[in-house]
Amino acid sequence: MTWDDILNIVVRMAETSLTTLQLFFMTLIISLPLGLLMAAIRMSKIRPMSFLMRGFLLVMRGTPLMLQLVFFMYGVRLPFPRLHVAVVAFGLNYAAYFAEIYRGGIESIPSGQREAANVLGFSKRQTFFRIILPQVVRRILPPMGNEFMTLVKDTALARIIGVTEITSFAESMQSRHVTILPVVIAGIFYLVMNSVVSKCFAAAEKRLGYYSP
Amino acid sequence: MKILTVRNIQKSFGKEPVLRGLSFDISQGEVLSVIGPSGSGKSTLLRCVTLLERIDAGFIAYGDLVMAKTDEASGKAVYSPAPALQQIRRRFGLVFQNFNLFPHFSVMRNITEAPIHVAGKSREEAEREARALLEKVGLGEKADSYPCELSGGQQQRVAIARALAMQPDILFFDEPTSALDPELTGEILKVIRNLAEEKMTMVIVTHEMAFARDVSDRVIFMDDGAIVEQGDPKQVIENPKSERTRAFLARFSNS
Ligand SMILES: Nc1ncnc2c1ncn2[C@@H]1O[C@H](COP(=O)(O)OP(=O)(O)OP(=O)(O)O)[C@@H](O)[C@H]1O
Ligand SMILES: [Mg+2]
Repeated sequence: MTWDDILNIVVRMAETSLTTLQLFFMTLIISLPLGLLMAAIRMSKIRPMSFLMRGFLLVMRGTPLMLQLVFFMYGVRLPFPRLHVAVVAFGLNYAAYFAEIYRGGIESIPSGQREAANVLGFSKRQTFFRIILPQVVRRILPPMGNEFMTLVKDTALARIIGVTEITSFAESMQSRHVTILPVVIAGIFYLVMNSVVSKCFAAAEKRLGYYSP
Repeated sequence: MKILTVRNIQKSFGKEPVLRGLSFDISQGEVLSVIGPSGSGKSTLLRCVTLLERIDAGFIAYGDLVMAKTDEASGKAVYSPAPALQQIRRRFGLVFQNFNLFPHFSVMRNITEAPIHVAGKSREEAEREARALLEKVGLGEKADSYPCELSGGQQQRVAIARALAMQPDILFFDEPTSALDPELTGEILKVIRNLAEEKMTMVIVTHEMAFARDVSDRVIFMDDGAIVEQGDPKQVIENPKSERTRAFLARFSNS
């Protein structure tokens, strides 16, 4: 392998990483709000709804994301491009994890907060969005950071349904050039992305850390 | 003038009856203290009146607005529609034992959030009033602090200012000094004394017997979910009629 080959791989991997990033961000756009909705249903006082959501969350969290991808690709046969099928599967899967994190966060807020808001006349909606959610966000930042970093790495699973992303590209380069180098470069790409994620979370925790818990 | 009417209210948690048919009234400008042993249902009573908890049976009215009354047929309490209750609830303020300030808001925002977003005041007006209230509770300097930066006594005074900012007709206190170090109770009691002098209508659950005797117009002694004795504070605390009241007060006499 020449330096040119290596440079070529780096450049093309950077291009491929756009797919990885797309998958990452589109998954978050879907799963962050969807997870909140799932958490709300899970905590609903309407028993059957909460019960069904529990079942759904168990399935999504209890089976491999890889199987879910195959299921949505070849079972449901969504009429989308492969990348978007992956986004659907990732979105639902991560929403399920986020739902449980949100729920933990919401339940960790002392009931006195809700009661104080209640007596001051805040509506349920105002209480949730002004009083509860900001405190929840602060508390769930650490577990959310973990999930975000896992998601960066999980995007590699999309190659199972034929999405060309960093890992699948590295694999094909590895077999063409018969060297492990592309795989090492791919590792560096993931590492850089996750350093950014980690820095963002550290900054967010610092910014929201103006009050102690 | 009577502003709160409570008749024969009953409340159970599961099978355990906690309120066994209490009745009392509160008049405009009156200070009522509620005393009684732990577990006698004092907090539950306040929570029922302030709509944090629902009664099983009985009658509660604010002025001539009925909040809940027993349905003849079923014997269960029926509440007025939610919007009506929401309007009434805004006439009540509640100060909790453990303050329950909003930790993510500054002192200023703790006080102004409800006036702005519930009462619809402008930010300028709400902040001006909040500053006056902070002066009144002796915390003029603390508007920009966060609750975690304040002592318990200061937090409780902010909580009182927060309740006052909604201009309540009745202010309820659930053991406002019980979570505080003894040397900090004085500052809270002083604030409540000043409110009493301004003829604020208040219901105070407390274990501070001397304070209850000096500040209130009337004292209720509760035991096991019922009112055992009520009347003039001097009479109830210094010369109780009931044996149970006497036994309860005996525990405080040496302090
Ligand atoms: N949410 C609840 N669920 C079940 N039982 C409850 C609940 N709240 C209160 N109780 C019970 O009701 C009874 C009265 O409680 P309450 O808190 O009203 O007493 P209290 O007079 O305020 O006591 P203290 O002086 O300790 O504050 C107690 O036996 C308590 O265990
Ligand atoms: Mg209590």
